[in-house]
Amino acid sequence: MTPGNEGTIMNDERRTISVTVNGVKHRAEVEARTLLVYFLREQLALTGTHVGCDTSQCGACTVHLNGRAVKSCTILAVQADGAEITTIEGLAQDNALHPVQEGFREKHGLQCGYCTPGMIMSAVNLLQANPRPTDAEVKHALEGNICRCTGYINIVEAVKWAAERMRGDHVSR
Amino acid sequence: MFPANFGYIAAGSVEEATELLAKHGEEAKLLAGGHSLIPAMKLRLASPRYLIDLGRVPGLSGIIVDGETLAIGALTVHADVASSDLVRQRLPGLTEAATAIGDVQVRNRGTIGGSVAHADPAADFPVILTALNASFVLQGRSGRRTVAAKDFFLDFYTTALAPSEVLTEIRIPLPPAGAGSAYAKLPHPASGYVVVSAGALVVRDPSGRCLSAAVAIGGVDNTPRRASATEAALQGQPLTSEIIAAAAAKASEGSEPQDDLYASADYKRHAATVYTRRAIEAAVKRAGA
Repeated sequence: MTPGNEGTIMNDERRTISVTVNGVKHRAEVEARTLLVYFLREQLALTGTHVGCDTSQCGACTVHLNGRAVKSCTILAVQADGAEITTIEGLAQDNALHPVQEGFREKHGLQCGYCTPGMIMSAVNLLQANPRPTDAEVKHALEGNICRCTGYINIVEAVKWAAERMRGDHVSR
Repeated sequence: MFPANFGYIAAGSVEEATELLAKHGEEAKLLAGGHSLIPAMKLRLASPRYLIDLGRVPGLSGIIVDGETLAIGALTVHADVASSDLVRQRLPGLTEAATAIGDVQVRNRGTIGGSVAHADPAADFPVILTALNASFVLQGRSGRRTVAAKDFFLDFYTTALAPSEVLTEIRIPLPPAGAGSAYAKLPHPASGYVVVSAGALVVRDPSGRCLSAAVAIGGVDNTPRRASATEAALQGQPLTSEIIAAAAAKASEGSEPQDDLYASADYKRHAATVYTRRAIEAAVKRAGA
């Protein structure tokens, strides 16, 4: 049996985890039951990741865990031990917004903005795998993100605008 | 929402996980992707005292061909099943089922073994795996055994897994030439879970007749069920639309669906007919004209 795994576990035990978030290494103590989203928001003060439904439906808590979009309300912080995490705060580089962030601004892909960080993280994940998505592919990729304001039309436009930018085949104005 | 406190143990091996299960009994739960268990723990529907995480056990994920069998590690996430070229080429019905689960983020975390072991009657994988004649490798303290899907799902959230066994692998016989598979799903419009779904595996002979058909339906009973009357009605027959429709009409024969908030028993029976027909037609198309 692995040392430390003897099963003499205290119920309120705390564990030390190491994670790299937006390129910065962190070592932190968490409760076993701490959800990743609360670790990010409350212990690392990265409040761009939102808690929406808190039931794995709405996607407001979407972050990238080892390069994949995941719902951080449904992952324990201890499960992320050793992982690389990117949050919405990690997208902009040198004060320049990520093209998907720009797209949401250009195409007015938001109203209240609550779902936006999660939408953007899902859209970035899509465009990393598929630089030329169709409308249907954008909608399929954003199925796990709920917006109660926009009706999604401008969100799809924003993602397509960003895709064009990222491919470099847009005509500059 | 927060789960109740628990002791977290990252198992280093399957053997260790089985020892821990034996030691803690009913107080322990296995954690794979956590996309059924963690929501249940947040709602306090489940409050295990010990959580044994399989996520760090090496060798439990991946998709390989092992002789005439496709072997999928229990911790393989839905997204990796959905994007596997190997699966798409040989078992497109499994690709369809994987793609129909939840959403992108859920598919990036949820695991095929977790879905099978959880045995939610509204899940996708149990249905298609029953149609594909899959079997499950269960590792316990005294060794391994393999249980066929038809003997594995016993009731709502109840399987043949013994308390200290771990599901390690899903094994699916690779279909012969002339075979086609498909999965058709009526999802609940809000949750995305299965209202009714159907999986089909059809093998045609060179003359176009049905050499064998395996059809399973989900959402109608407490477990996936083989649509035996449908299968019998296809056996040896030319696979015309009329024969397929007549066979699909028998899909819910012998089943006892219950009314629920979304769908009445009659609606489920009717939907089973429609989705069974669609799954068989798609499978037949893939089996070649």
